[in-house]
Amino acid sequence: MTITTTEATAPARPRTRPRRTGRPAGGQGLRTVGLYAVAVLVGLGVWQLVAMKYGPSLVASPKETLSAARELAADGTLGNSVIASSRRILIGWGLGVLVGAPVGLLIGQITIVRQLLEPYIEFFRFIPPVAFVTLAVVWLGIGETSKVVLIFYTAVFIVTLNTSAGVMAVNESKLRAAASLGASRRQVLQRVVLPSTVPYILTGARLAMGNSFLTIVSAEIVAAQVGLGSLIWTSRNYGRIDWVFVGIITLGILGLVYDRILRVIAMRVLHKYGAKV
Amino acid sequence: MTEGIEKETAPGNGALTVATAPAPRTRTEQAAEKRGAALRVEGAGITFGDFRAVQNIDLDIPAGEFLCLLGPSGCGKSTLLSAMAGFIQVSEGSLTADGVPVSGPDPELGMVFQSSEALFDWMTVHQNVTFGPRMRGCSRAEQDRVADEFLGLVGLRHCADRYPGQLSGGMRQRVQIARVLANEPGVVLMDEPFGALDAQTRQVLQQETARIWRSSGCTVVFVTHDIDEAILLADRVAVMTAGPAASIKSLYTVDLPRPRDESDPAALRLRNKLREDIGEEVRKAMRDQGLDDQLDREAKGA
Repeated sequence: MTITTTEATAPARPRTRPRRTGRPAGGQGLRTVGLYAVAVLVGLGVWQLVAMKYGPSLVASPKETLSAARELAADGTLGNSVIASSRRILIGWGLGVLVGAPVGLLIGQITIVRQLLEPYIEFFRFIPPVAFVTLAVVWLGIGETSKVVLIFYTAVFIVTLNTSAGVMAVNESKLRAAASLGASRRQVLQRVVLPSTVPYILTGARLAMGNSFLTIVSAEIVAAQVGLGSLIWTSRNYGRIDWVFVGIITLGILGLVYDRILRVIAMRVLHKYGAKV
Repeated sequence: MTEGIEKETAPGNGALTVATAPAPRTRTEQAAEKRGAALRVEGAGITFGDFRAVQNIDLDIPAGEFLCLLGPSGCGKSTLLSAMAGFIQVSEGSLTADGVPVSGPDPELGMVFQSSEALFDWMTVHQNVTFGPRMRGCSRAEQDRVADEFLGLVGLRHCADRYPGQLSGGMRQRVQIARVLANEPGVVLMDEPFGALDAQTRQVLQQETARIWRSSGCTVVFVTHDIDEAILLADRVAVMTAGPAASIKSLYTVDLPRPRDESDPAALRLRNKLREDIGEEVRKAMRDQGLDDQLDREAKGA
């Protein structure tokens, strides 16, 4: 036995997927944080200049937005909006992933399922959720269900499509190896296809999260009492541009945070499946 | 050492010559007695639609033999091997293992792939090697025993908890070999398993393969385009004609003592014959593609 390597114990699959640490070491990390800070400060500066040029009736300045946020936070509107929108997004998105991933696996694996479902997927994925807002309210009422269903709708197709693409991309020799090692069709699906597809499912889930944020505002246009989308829409009635700014910025921050959480969980739990985020 | 090369006109039984001192019997060797399945290919052909990949293949591979399939690239060696593994079906003729037709993938017919992409990257080496036993529902203790035995056999016991991506190319191919042997197959099919490795690693793994084969008693069909590799390992070498519609051109018995010595005159003679046979096929293939005139002109110009 002459070959022994003592390669660093990097995360799995450094060969095909170069290592990417979430946390660069030492000075590099400080530099990154510094550049982020510079970018944010520059953005705030531009925003301030634009606000000074057009005045508070068109653009709320950073300071006005901050005080509006304080005001909305103090009477509970902001917190309740965040909670209500988050609930709708997480439930709708979660259901979308839970349904989309297995359906995508079946579509990718079983030809007849693909042939039966593909026409519908190819049809509906071009119809934006906002087109269904009216129908959702008429059919499902003005309660939570209509909003959750719209979010589910926007999430499920992209997860399905990504998952089935992942199944198609599974290396043929892995499938053959598993079969010749004695795995049944079901065991191949469970032990080889599913794990190989994890990175694709994860990409689908992240894209679906983005879509959910795009959809929440339209889902809350009609008859939502509370929520970030509803906050943005009702602010118009009061002529409160600064509240609109608060709603928009909160949406952005919330999306960033959720994506970050998703990435951290994926890195911790799924990195051995080659999840690169 | 008498005349070491004996060209056969028709497939026959090559005698298995193992020239080693008797070693202490291990569990592997005890298991070897029930191992080794005979492969018989009769008049087999494989077509994909209108494309005829191989035809008229007759091979009688007795249990425990090490057969090398040698041929120019693209001649259908791997296609034939895939059929032996049950991944594809022969379109005509028959293919049997111990008299039973090969109708699909079977743990009895293990396959070592050329690319280590065939390993399961999300599983540790231990989990890769015990995949077969796990699919059969073996107990955890049995799995550990199997992993210990076969990782020991390929010298990777210390890597049990690593992932394939953390291993070198040569180590990954060893894991593939251990994973196949852990199923205790009667036939091990190897598709240019060392083709992607550097020369030194390849040499070490060839020696390892010879050793492992001796101790396991499996029948091995080893696809390669490397003449030296074939001489080093094989009991018999089957040379294939250039594709498409490739068949077996010639069959040589390598009656040389093991471990093989490449500088043995008989080995050199065999190498020349094999080189001649393959060279003929390569030229034929180029003629078919209209490349030989061009090459001749270039040769004259140079």
